[in-house]
Amino acid sequence: MKKNKSSMSQLEQVLKSGRFAITSELNPPDSADAEDVNRAAMILAGFCDGINAVDASGANCHMSSMSICALLTRVGYEPVYQISCRDRNRIAIQGDILGAAAMGIRNLLCITGDDVSAGDQPGAKPVFDFDSIQLLRTARMMRDERVFLSGRKITSELPLFLGAAANPFVPPYDWRSKRLAKKVAAGAQFIQTQYCFDVDRFKEYMRQVRDMGLHEQVYILVGVGPLRSYGAANFMRTKVPGIVIPDEIMDRLKKTPKERQQEEGKNICTEIIQQVREIEGIAGVHIMAYRQEELVAEIVRESGLLERKPKSQKAGI
Amino acid sequence: MLLEWIYDLTHALLKPFKRILKPNSFAEKAMIAIEKVGKEVVFDCQMCGQCILHSTGMVCSMNCPKNLRNGPCGGVRLNGHCEVKPEQTCVWVKIYEGSLASPKYGGEMMWIQPPVNRKLQDSSSWVNLLHGIDQKMKTVWQTQDEKDALEPIFRGSNEKE
Ligand code: SF4
Repeated sequence: MKKNKSSMSQLEQVLKSGRFAITSELNPPDSADAEDVNRAAMILAGFCDGINAVDASGANCHMSSMSICALLTRVGYEPVYQISCRDRNRIAIQGDILGAAAMGIRNLLCITGDDVSAGDQPGAKPVFDFDSIQLLRTARMMRDERVFLSGRKITSELPLFLGAAANPFVPPYDWRSKRLAKKVAAGAQFIQTQYCFDVDRFKEYMRQVRDMGLHEQVYILVGVGPLRSYGAANFMRTKVPGIVIPDEIMDRLKKTPKERQQEEGKNICTEIIQQVREIEGIAGVHIMAYRQEELVAEIVRESGLLERKPKSQKAGI
Repeated sequence: MLLEWIYDLTHALLKPFKRILKPNSFAEKAMIAIEKVGKEVVFDCQMCGQCILHSTGMVCSMNCPKNLRNGPCGGVRLNGHCEVKPEQTCVWVKIYEGSLASPKYGGEMMWIQPPVNRKLQDSSSWVNLLHGIDQKMKTVWQTQDEKDALEPIFRGSNEKE
């Protein structure tokens, strides 16, 4: 197993201790006001071990993930800095990684990123100089070998906890666990998955992951979240890349009267959390409640996550 | 797979001409012309100059709109089509199928492909291969040992030493 210095990441400490981890996603402001970030973080900080700052997800422009993370460190919250490959080339990204570490950001989530065509400025130039695996390996090289891609030396420690995304719910299905193996090899220490609505498919994926022993090499946090309404679910299902919602869940929302759909969406979410928590090899959940962040607290409480008993310690990670 | 065999044959045939096939030579210009015609027709080659076709199931990964070299993104549609260009099949869905059908090189889909050297765009990948230009990096990107350890995972056998 790869040598592993501690990154001083609180998220890493929680995962190492065997406690079931909770991370969530901050709604990025469309303002230049730091108070907006603090307010958005306050809703989540009480029970989250890490707060993700998204990197213009869906290719829509908001305050940048790097700046949000920097603001979060100022008030003592634990940010997870998402870097996507869509908007910056390798020169910019390597510089950002140094800057992030300098500002006390410890968790890095390396993702490919949605294409510009998904957003509200589809005429922008897509960069994709790196792919997510190249980005991961480069970040690991910078941390462990202390060099840039050019071979030039980095003159300080670079304490980082490296993460990646996974989407087990889209084709080619059998490849998805192999792709996870590749990401782990490239340097991933934790994984946050895409929204899990299809628990059966996820169980099958985890079976393959366990067969390869990957669950002992990487901490897997399952992506979950409340669907606000039938209409919102339909939008996510058809317009947002990579989100799969099975017909049964759509039907369940459709049958629910409009004014109770949000409640039902939350119930579905807590049920899914309870189900995935039982799967062997799951280290935590990543709750994405875009524009319903106030629900995260209820979801955590109602799904019984507040009594997060430590599991047996994982060796070697 | 036939294409794997053709790849090996081309490699063997070109090797003796390494001395003539120098970068920036007239011979390279001729090679570029040949590659453009041959590979563009068969593989829709994008002339990145650092061909990894045999590691990607004999399907050109540079046709992925996100230029991914290490596997599909998370946006693949349920019908296997591309997130960015819904009318076409995801390049990586084809690559996975192609790799499964490639007994010799298929496992190389597990290799961690380095970032693309954009300077090599529109140069001859054969010339670059013969002279080791396409693999040149100033840092150790991936060791042969790691490649060898990852490859068997592709076929589902994961015996650990
Ligand atoms: S869906 Fe496939 S071809 Fe389209 S961008 Fe993603 S990986 Fe590339």
